[in-house]
Amino acid sequence: MAILIDNTTRVLVQGMSGRIGQFHAAEMIEYGTNVVAGVTPGKGGTEVLGRPVFDTVRAAVEATGAEASLVFVPPPFAADAIMEAADAGIRTAVCVTDGIPAQDMMKVKRFLRRYPADRKMRLIGPNCAGVISPGQGFMGIMPPHIYLPGRVGIVGRSGTLGYEAASQMQALGIGVSTSVGIGGDPINGSSFRDILELFEADPGTDAVMMIGEIGGPQEAEAAAFVRDHMTKPVVAYVAGLSAPKGRKMGHAGAIISAFGESAQEKVEILSAAGIAVAPNPSAMGETMARVLTARAAA
Amino acid sequence: MDIHEYQAKEILAALGVPMPRGGLAYSPEQAGYRARELGGSAWVVKAQIHSGGRGEAGGVKLCRFEEEVRDYAGTLFGRSLVTKQTGAQGKQVYRVWVEGASDIAQELYLGFVLDRKSERIMIVASAHGGMEIEDLAETDPDSLRRMVIDPAVGLAEYQARELAFGLGLRGGQVAQMVNILRACYRAYRDLDATMVEINPLVVTGTGDLVALDAKMSFDTNALYRRPQIAELRDPSQEDPRESHAADAGLAYVGLDGDIGCIINGAGLAMATMDMIKLAGGEPANFLDIGGGASPERVAQAFRTVLSDGNVSVILVNIFAGINRCDWVAEGVVKAYRAEKLTLPVVVRLAGTNVEEGRRIIAESGLPLITADTLAEAADKAVAARLDRAS
Repeated sequence: MAILIDNTTRVLVQGMSGRIGQFHAAEMIEYGTNVVAGVTPGKGGTEVLGRPVFDTVRAAVEATGAEASLVFVPPPFAADAIMEAADAGIRTAVCVTDGIPAQDMMKVKRFLRRYPADRKMRLIGPNCAGVISPGQGFMGIMPPHIYLPGRVGIVGRSGTLGYEAASQMQALGIGVSTSVGIGGDPINGSSFRDILELFEADPGTDAVMMIGEIGGPQEAEAAAFVRDHMTKPVVAYVAGLSAPKGRKMGHAGAIISAFGESAQEKVEILSAAGIAVAPNPSAMGETMARVLTARAAA
Repeated sequence: MDIHEYQAKEILAALGVPMPRGGLAYSPEQAGYRARELGGSAWVVKAQIHSGGRGEAGGVKLCRFEEEVRDYAGTLFGRSLVTKQTGAQGKQVYRVWVEGASDIAQELYLGFVLDRKSERIMIVASAHGGMEIEDLAETDPDSLRRMVIDPAVGLAEYQARELAFGLGLRGGQVAQMVNILRACYRAYRDLDATMVEINPLVVTGTGDLVALDAKMSFDTNALYRRPQIAELRDPSQEDPRESHAADAGLAYVGLDGDIGCIINGAGLAMATMDMIKLAGGEPANFLDIGGGASPERVAQAFRTVLSDGNVSVILVNIFAGINRCDWVAEGVVKAYRAEKLTLPVVVRLAGTNVEEGRRIIAESGLPLITADTLAEAADKAVAARLDRAS
């Protein structure tokens, strides 16, 4: 078991005809991901990587039964592409695009709310590395070989720091059920809490590694959820102890602009909720190993 | 992206926000001329820099004579103004704004921000303006009123009225406030702002509302569709190292330490800086080299980091996903030779093509220090710095 994607998920790639879309789609197919189609307006009727390309997401869904979509569309058109996926009945969309205007995302979030719960699309990202269920499939840009299949979920804002966690765990023989990048933007489709809920309900996940950073209220919201609703152990790390206030650290959302948004404050909030916080980024793997051992002994 | 007060005032005035009359000056003589042109018997002269806290830093003055306007402006031009937001190097004054002095009965605070909790535009207002919002939140949190705007509907008139009455405004002031709120909201929404702030918004002796200050910031991701805003960029107010790096596609933030950092990914960059700090060192910078780090891009990253004279060690930490370790290694070797480096460089590579990358580093014959893990890289960088210092 896993969350969001497994080896049966029928995946669509929006922007598959582009250079970057095609490169990553090829990697996904090679890994065994069930990529069924591509969408590029104006390229309908052609083929890329042996898959049919459609002009619209609706046509692709009707012809192939695609349930998930990876959005590789440039920033000015990405919000529209996400809304198109939602309206065509896609269940899960992952958007990798970095640089979408904040007000476009405001509009997207409002748009997604128009659908009843059973028809509402789940959006992961934007500005994220994607989602991988090791050994089954992935939608995104991560190097898949660093993930050992297993029973620990990973959720984080940063792509490369998520790779770091996965490889530390791999070195200790700890495998991953699913790893989810929620992205570094101030407004994102799914929060830490949203993904923790999925991991809590997933029988294939025993524990979760959560990798936060400075800026925004989502780590604090996740801490309250872990304290009140989670039975599975959560290990956390928060990046940005040395980040100065008011300066944007690469990610559009990584900026300390309000109370409770610094790394120190977030570590305190997470610890108070009973979460084991790794003391440094090199100790993410060993902290998880310790928590898993303690749980096995209990 | 930030703009100057006078530019924000022009934008908001065009949408109907009442302002004192004023004019821009590029020289002391021009400042004096502006005062004469405006008439009246008192003027406020304000240094135009991209920072708050200008008043406390000596960048704003009430003047009663035309000569005083000219003399004070003369002390501002070319001067570096240090506020609590600029850092020790301060920001250069190249323009001053001269406006007629207002008769102030009360100062209000009004701000529009992106609220990350509701993921919507939020109005923050207080009947006690004049000071910074952070100070206000600390000293008088109860005076802060917040109101979230539904993007599908926009700012409803009843919301604006509620806020106006809540701030204690009465009579004709309520209608004035409703107009100001709607104008600010339109500016925020239509120009892809990330912040609109009027502080103070004053009630004058005759009971009218007037914006004495204005501040706006914009979403850099949306500048492609706001060319009129992109034109307002003022490079003189930016750290030249950061603007050069940005032009080359690198995200760079200069800091106070001496260990230069070249890393891929914002999260890993922050984590590496944390690791340096925990190992007893201080990072000189944040630098995210981004995806697709070609040898040219790596060389550019080295030049950017080296433009900071405090740097005594460089730490390269790449976890390659889209990137390839062999390309990065080639870039490091090339840059080391081209820049004729003598300072120690610690290289940690992981991910795609890592063996090939390590081989290139090992066979280069250069005195590069290699590390396998994040912790080892930070420890070695701190040790190399101490060796160098002794």
